[in-house]
Amino acid sequence: MPAFEPVLLARINKPNSASLETYRADGGYAALQKALTMAPADIVAMVKDAVLRGRGGAGFPAGLKWTFLPKDHPGPIYLCVNADESEPGTFNNRILMEQDPHQLIEGIAVACHAIRSNTAYLYIRYEYGRSYRVLDAAIKECYAAGLLGKNIQGSGFDLDVHLHRGAAAYICGEETGLIESLEGKRAWPRIKPPFPAIEGLFRKPTIVNNVETLCCVPHILNRGVEWFKSLGVPPDPSNPRDLGSFGPKLYCISGHVNKPGCVELPLGVTARELIEEHAGGVWKGRQAKAVVPGGISMGFLSADELDTPLDFNGPIKAGCLGLGTAAVIVVDDQTSMVDVLYNCCRFMSHESCGQCTPCREGTKWMTRILERIRVGHGKLEDLDTLVEVAGSMGIIPGTTICGLADGAAWPVKNAIKKFRSEFEEYINSGRRTMTPAQELMAGAH
Amino acid sequence: MVLTEQIRQRIRAEFPKYPDKRAVVLPALHIVHDELRSVSSAALEEIAELLEIHPAEIHDAMSFYQFFREEDRPLGKRRVWVCRSISCALRGGEELLESLSRKWHVGPGGTTADGSVSLEYAECLGACEGAPCILVNDECHTNVTAEEVERIVEQ
Repeated sequence: MPAFEPVLLARINKPNSASLETYRADGGYAALQKALTMAPADIVAMVKDAVLRGRGGAGFPAGLKWTFLPKDHPGPIYLCVNADESEPGTFNNRILMEQDPHQLIEGIAVACHAIRSNTAYLYIRYEYGRSYRVLDAAIKECYAAGLLGKNIQGSGFDLDVHLHRGAAAYICGEETGLIESLEGKRAWPRIKPPFPAIEGLFRKPTIVNNVETLCCVPHILNRGVEWFKSLGVPPDPSNPRDLGSFGPKLYCISGHVNKPGCVELPLGVTARELIEEHAGGVWKGRQAKAVVPGGISMGFLSADELDTPLDFNGPIKAGCLGLGTAAVIVVDDQTSMVDVLYNCCRFMSHESCGQCTPCREGTKWMTRILERIRVGHGKLEDLDTLVEVAGSMGIIPGTTICGLADGAAWPVKNAIKKFRSEFEEYINSGRRTMTPAQELMAGAH
Repeated sequence: MVLTEQIRQRIRAEFPKYPDKRAVVLPALHIVHDELRSVSSAALEEIAELLEIHPAEIHDAMSFYQFFREEDRPLGKRRVWVCRSISCALRGGEELLESLSRKWHVGPGGTTADGSVSLEYAECLGACEGAPCILVNDECHTNVTAEEVERIVEQ
């Protein structure tokens, strides 16, 4: 098979990859020119036909989301760009923004024309200072070149793009949490329905799309639906709900590998291939014990599940929550799963917004139980308690407003199911692995 | 008056971007926090007046984010965030935090006695390919050791 030629990462590491000149030299903004000659509904139909599934974690088809907007709405309609990338292990959007901001801006402009929006807010996490400055400069270049602002390229289409910085809260990546945060409130996710497409930002119809999702849009216009669907994996015939996993995808690989990084491949590469061929293998000549398939919310693959294809369907078949953000984190065979799970639970407990009791309390209790195990006071029945707490929180059992709790529960369920004997041995041995740094931080809560 | 005219102008410059002034809560808090190293209750009232909402509404949002410091715990000259989430923790992130804590004689959340550095733990900074990583204010540094962090901070 010929090596895959990157599309989304085509300009990465080129000199001046972030400048308008470099982007234009590669044919940049041709998709916008084309889009401006097309009827908005035709663009929506193209993205829908391409089955571009959202890259932010949930995998909802972007084109279908766009069709949920009310027809003939007098406006305004808003686009919110979700650049609050915060799922542990995930950094693909940062690379897209830092290195190729114009690809994103073109995606935003095409999407706004398609959904009849004249205002886009790009909600970017505060920690991405460099991305913010690169985007700010790129947006200014666009206004100066007539690619943003009034009457873009003489088409009569107006578009303003505003950057809005977050303040270090994971929950702002949940689309209605993001909207609340943008409105100047605490980022408490909203009860749905109404979905944002009906009533979103400032109570107006709103589409929230991830950075990578929007970056795919100009390529669909330029290269066509058939090209997009020639990459990836068709729907699984045995699963009528699987829509297929088409297009290129950025995979982030981190943790215990020799060459951590971000690679672009057609959807469906296996975890093993990513680790062996694209990340230089597991470090120090060790073996992988567990692999996170798509950010910690998705749970874990065990060492004998590494041939799982990382498309939207594969991780589910292996008992994980889904593909998530396709952030692969490798844990080597010298690392305790008790320690890894503690880290995951501590993250979720810190980031739970506190609105729904099962999540606020559940994440904290799971963390405290693991703390107790890790100071040598664990009991075997603690494992059942962990599974019970995990099983009672989230959208799936119907006890929370958003999916954060499902993402907090999944690593617990997977770890105890797939690595139970290791947890039992840990408890029986009376080991203690809580470190001074962790005790410091536990005290600083 | 706590907010200078320059700060007020920067806040007012945000208004045209949004149909509702309340959306300027986060931008305004960032502007004030960057300049004054905390958001005092006096500053909060002055922001509220500019945004034409109640100070309690701003405090409600501000306290949610845990990012903004109130006047009892102002930030030092530089804020150093050390990532403690999984990809960094697998490659020494927590040990890095611990050694900085010892070097600077300050726990996470604290500020050195001379006011030069505030140390924080952070959740995933999104630079996992360069673990362990830190932020100094909002600039990311990757694959760092405690010695390198000291050099970066002294610059």
